[in-house]
Amino acid sequence: MDYIGEHRLPGQLGHFFIVLSLIASLVATFSYFKSARATTDSDAGYWKKFARFSFITESISVFAVIGLLIYILSSHLFEYKYAWQHSSRSLEFKYLLAGLWEGQEGSFLLWSVWHCVLGLILIKTSKKWEAPVMTVISFAQFCLATMIAGIYIFGWKMGSNPFILLRDSGVLDNAPALHLNFDTAQSFKPDYLSFIKDGNDLNPLLQNYWMVIHPPVLFLGFASTIVPFAFAVAGLWTKQFGEWTKPALPWSLFSAAALGVGIMMGAKWAYESLTFGGYWAWDPVENASLVPWMVLIAGIHTTLIYKHSGHSLRATHLFFILTFGFILYSTFLTRTGILGDASVHAFTGEGNSLMFHLIALMAVFLIPSFWLFFSNYKTIPTIKKEESGSSREFWMFIGSLVFFLSAILIIGKTSLPVLNKLFNIKKAPPEDPEFSYNSIQVYVAVIIGLLTAVAQYLKYKRTESKFFRKKILAPTIISVIGASLMLAFGNINYVKKGPGFQAAIWMAAACSLYAIIANASYIWIGLKGKLKLSGGSIAHTGFGMVLLGILLSSSKKEVLSTNSNGIIAPVSGMDDPRENLTLIKGVPADMGKYTLTYESDSAHPKKQLWFYGVRFKSKDGKEEFVLKPNAFVNYKGNEGLMANPDAKHYWDHDVFTYITSLPNPNRQEDTASFKPNKLKAGDSLFYSSGYMVLQDVRPVTNVPAEIAQILGKDGKIYETPLKVFSKTGSIFTITPKLTYAKGDRIAVPDTLTQENLVLQLQAVNPDNSIQLGIKEPQNLMKYVTLKAYKFPFINLLWLGVIVTAAGIIISMVRRIQLNRSSISQS
Amino acid sequence: MTIFAYFCRMKKIHIVLLVLIAAAIAVLITFLKGTSTYETVAEAKLTADKFVHVAVKLDKSAPVEYDAQKDPNYLSFHAIDAEDSTQRMKVVYRKGEIPNLIISEKLVLKGKYQTDHFECRDVQTKCPSKYKDDPNAAVKVIQKATEPAPAKNNSSASK
Repeated sequence: MDYIGEHRLPGQLGHFFIVLSLIASLVATFSYFKSARATTDSDAGYWKKFARFSFITESISVFAVIGLLIYILSSHLFEYKYAWQHSSRSLEFKYLLAGLWEGQEGSFLLWSVWHCVLGLILIKTSKKWEAPVMTVISFAQFCLATMIAGIYIFGWKMGSNPFILLRDSGVLDNAPALHLNFDTAQSFKPDYLSFIKDGNDLNPLLQNYWMVIHPPVLFLGFASTIVPFAFAVAGLWTKQFGEWTKPALPWSLFSAAALGVGIMMGAKWAYESLTFGGYWAWDPVENASLVPWMVLIAGIHTTLIYKHSGHSLRATHLFFILTFGFILYSTFLTRTGILGDASVHAFTGEGNSLMFHLIALMAVFLIPSFWLFFSNYKTIPTIKKEESGSSREFWMFIGSLVFFLSAILIIGKTSLPVLNKLFNIKKAPPEDPEFSYNSIQVYVAVIIGLLTAVAQYLKYKRTESKFFRKKILAPTIISVIGASLMLAFGNINYVKKGPGFQAAIWMAAACSLYAIIANASYIWIGLKGKLKLSGGSIAHTGFGMVLLGILLSSSKKEVLSTNSNGIIAPVSGMDDPRENLTLIKGVPADMGKYTLTYESDSAHPKKQLWFYGVRFKSKDGKEEFVLKPNAFVNYKGNEGLMANPDAKHYWDHDVFTYITSLPNPNRQEDTASFKPNKLKAGDSLFYSSGYMVLQDVRPVTNVPAEIAQILGKDGKIYETPLKVFSKTGSIFTITPKLTYAKGDRIAVPDTLTQENLVLQLQAVNPDNSIQLGIKEPQNLMKYVTLKAYKFPFINLLWLGVIVTAAGIIISMVRRIQLNRSSISQS
Repeated sequence: MTIFAYFCRMKKIHIVLLVLIAAAIAVLITFLKGTSTYETVAEAKLTADKFVHVAVKLDKSAPVEYDAQKDPNYLSFHAIDAEDSTQRMKVVYRKGEIPNLIISEKLVLKGKYQTDHFECRDVQTKCPSKYKDDPNAAVKVIQKATEPAPAKNNSSASK
């Protein structure tokens, strides 16, 4: 059957390119494999040429797929489920991209696209490592292609295809209006598409600029971890142990920067808009991406140890294999829905087929890699002689190990839902899940802070103690003074969890400060101010800032909106934080050092988004500002509130507020009733905050045939457009309707939420006058309930992230230059 | 003695490794001991004053008590066990209104049962995905889109 208005070509092309990418990546894998195994140069060259051709074909296909998907989204082709599900006509263009990677398929595609880019760069640069490394990457591309294939193999659905049509997806199956004769058992009407006027839209919480930039960066980080993994596997496979670390090092650094920045962008987003009360909550989804980063960092440090001392090569292999392994595991955790009740992020699993698919993916990468690792374990070169306790590598290794074990602890705790599933138990996170992480990680911060501060001052192999003492003396003295001042006057008083934890926070803060000062000084003491060489020191300075920023902002976080005027509820053993505060419009309320007034509200011109102006005035008169937190109210028919905070930024702290509750017009409906008014076209009518003019009284003429059928012979629909002139100067048009169908009168109330006005067309009289019911449900009292926080020194954290990333990039550039010069020398 | 001799021959790094791994295992065991459990409403009532996780649904037949003008922190509602609809309890939550409570299809309550009600410290709402799991929601969306000339409040911008 032909359906009217469908655009099938983009979908057909999409299917074609998905299949092409599937085949081309498989051919590329095979050819690279043959090339790597070839015994003669001509054989290797022949296979390599063929493999390159296949990989480039594969890349073109992936780009074509993503291009077609963008075309479908931007042309609003709602006959495709993906466009219907993730976008709408009102969605701004920039959010179409967000819609693209909101879905499972789109995010796998994004991942795949980055693999293509990285693969093409590797083809250009990796020389003799190309064949084995690209075997791994081409194979990964094949695996990712299966995720979006949507092909049935022996009744098992492999992957989910983004080009599936809406009418094939099952979404429409239960909508009688779209089927022939209103019978869902029959096929769709030829013109079914004319009923689908708009898409389902992107989740309003995701309509945020971070949703546009955070996923691409994070996925670049995810994708790039495959490069050090592929080099490590290639080294084991070709038995060129250790040699691969040289070309792999800049890639690992790049990956660390991309993944780190990607994760912290997510943290910034959470801080700015997701109202979880902070930037980090040890949520499984956050942990799942942090853990591979930590293991990667451990791997980078052991690479450097190997480079300078020959130690730790085995650990380096292990760390890079595990980094990629944890990336796959994190995909498994976050995509399959196995986290279920453990995460605030809503992930709907694609069911068991995806679960098995991802388990298979982990198995197919990890089993061969570990087999290669353990079968070669004895032959991987090591140094029998023990590291000296005064050597840099000794302490670097301990640092890497602590970092790695800390990552293992985090992922272990995060995997509780997996343990439940495996052993059929019903363990839940502990009473205070965040503290269960913090109480351990604070000691990791102590150790890492200290090691980061000291290790640079040690030399590889062995350090003269006199030399060490002389160099580290000045920064240590400055740090001791600085830390004493900070602890004495910084008011770091986090007593909620007892004096032990308070002491641990103090220690960690002091060690982080030491890390900052010692590493910043090392740029001059050790490297004589040569910035090009100081990537490591800069990155460590930044990391120290991150640690200190986390410690200060978390331990000094203040709830400003502590409710002091409500009834004191009996606190029965449970803590009662009383963090909400209700403000009645125009009435100043007392909140700690501020007086708050809810002054105004305004609506977004296009969306059901409201802004609430709240004036903060400090009692000493020094500060005064207005914050405008906003909220989606009953967005697209979903009853409820989706709030976005607003913040006032100072250099040393942020004041942060968001709406937690608003008067609910539906809830108060019963308190007011419709006041009937008789009107004729051109008449005007006043309401509490303006007036309205009746424009016209007319029957609706273009009633679709099947609706007319329901209405019956004498049925009619009337509509009466009204222009509403508000006191604020806004003009609205509202068109209530009244349906006469088979003797019944159906009047649906129409709400003009901005004006708290509900209109109901109750009757149309023979003389063309109407009876219009008016209701103003809540003009009695307007209020908002909000929470407000103060986050001190949060900027230190964000600055630290930037400094760390800059340091890593400087190191990366330096390593690339070193590799180039060593090649040109040989 | 032999064990002692073996330790003496170990490299420093191996001793550090052992100590750290032992510490990590100790931490994990402590963590597992400190975990809470998922319980039903009936079990939560039996094990009063024990911190538990309970999966429930909002009882829509009883009102949700929340008055922002009286006490913006106090919220109370009734919950039915997610599995056993005969099990019901009153829930008190002291952190204000829960967004999406009304439309949630499932709630995971974290807290303790105390004499006559469940003192809920934290709550996780599971909302119906707009279409995937709930064909009815999808139908509603489609039907809304297919209504004859849907009424729209065109808010033409002011001035």
